[in-house]
Amino acid sequence: MAKSIAYEFGKGLWKEIPPFRLVLGLCPVLAVTTSLQNGVGMGLATTFVLVCSNVLVSMLRKVIPSKVRIACFIIIIATFVTVVELLMQAYAYKLYETLGIFIPLIVVNCIVLGRAEAFAYKKPIIHSLADGLGIGIGFTLSLGALGAVREIFGNGTLLKYSVFGPSFKPFTFLIEAPGAFVCLGLMLALMNLAGKK
Amino acid sequence: MGDYILLAVSCILVNNILLAQYLGNCPFLGTSKKMETAVGMAMAVIFVLVLAGAITWVTDTYLLKKFGLEYLRTIAFILVIASLVQFVEMFLKKSIPALYAGLGIFLPLITTNCAVMGACLINIKEEYTFIQTLVSSFSYAVGFGLALILFAGVRERVLIARVPKPLQDTSIALVVAGMIALAFYAFKGMA
Repeated sequence: MAKSIAYEFGKGLWKEIPPFRLVLGLCPVLAVTTSLQNGVGMGLATTFVLVCSNVLVSMLRKVIPSKVRIACFIIIIATFVTVVELLMQAYAYKLYETLGIFIPLIVVNCIVLGRAEAFAYKKPIIHSLADGLGIGIGFTLSLGALGAVREIFGNGTLLKYSVFGPSFKPFTFLIEAPGAFVCLGLMLALMNLAGKK
Repeated sequence: MGDYILLAVSCILVNNILLAQYLGNCPFLGTSKKMETAVGMAMAVIFVLVLAGAITWVTDTYLLKKFGLEYLRTIAFILVIASLVQFVEMFLKKSIPALYAGLGIFLPLITTNCAVMGACLINIKEEYTFIQTLVSSFSYAVGFGLALILFAGVRERVLIARVPKPLQDTSIALVVAGMIALAFYAFKGMA
C-alpha cells in the first residue's frame, strides 16, 4: 500500500514529468516562464488545483455518472480555479497581474482534466492525492527550470540578482515568444538524451 | 470601418493567438501532423470561436456585470463554452451531416482548447464592444487556422527529413514552431 502510494507520487517527478514526458498543458509552460518566479508561481497554482480536484473527483467517483463525467470534472476544476484566483488577488496581487489570463485558463489545462479522467476517476483518494501532488510538483519543477534558463540567458538575472555582471549582453530572443518554443524544444531533446542512458 | 480592419490585422498577424499569445498549443502540436486534420481543426475553431465570443460577451455584459458576479466569470465561461460545443455538435449532426462528418472528432476537443476560452477572456479584458468582439474573435480564429495550417505544411516536410534522435517528434516540432513564431514576430514592427 505505502509502496504503491510512493510510486504514484514519484512517477510525476521523473517518469511522467509534465510537460516533458506527458506533453500536455503547454500554453502556460510557454507563456509564463519568462522568469523563475513566474514559473514557480504558476506551477504552485496549478498544483493546488490539481491536488484539490484529484481528491474531490476521487471522492465522488462512485456518485458521478460516467456519461456526464467530463462536465462534472470541469465544474469541480473551475471551482478550485476560482478559489486560487481569489486567493491570489488577496495575497499575491502582483503575481496575479503578471500571470494575467493564464490563471483562469488553468481550467482548460489538459493536465488537470487529464489526471481527473485517467487517474482520479478510477483510483482511491490517497492514491489520487499522491498522484496530484507528484504531477503538480513535477510541473512546478519543469516550469521553474524553464523559467530559470530563460531568465538567466534572456535577461542576465536570476530572481532579480545579476548573474553575469554588467558587461553581459542579454540574449533577449529567449524572453520573447519564439524563444519560448525553441527553448522548450531543446530542453525536451536534453531530457530525451538523459533518459536514454 | 478602418478601425475594424486594423483590429482584424492585429489579431491575425501581430497578436497571433498561437504564436504571440501562446494559447491553444495542445491542438497546435496534436493536430498538425497531417494537413487534413489541421484544416479540420482550423475550421472547427473558426466556427466555435465566433459563436463563443458572441455568447460569452452577452453573458458577461448582461448577466455577470449587471449583478456584480464578475468573480464567477471563469466558471460561467467554461460552462457556456462546454454547452455551446455540445449544442453545436448535436445541431450539426441533425441538420448538416456533411459538415458534422468533416468537423466530427475535432468539436469535443475544442472545449479544452484554451484558444477559445483565452480569446473570450481577452475580449472582455480589452473591453471591446459587441461588434469589435465579433471581429476580434473571427480574426483570432483565422490567425489560429493560418498558423496551424502553415505549421502542418512545414511539419509534413520535417517528417521526411533526417532529424537527430533526441530531437525527434515533439522536440523538433517545437523548434520549428519557434521558427514560424519568429516569422510572425516580424509583424510586431508593423503595429
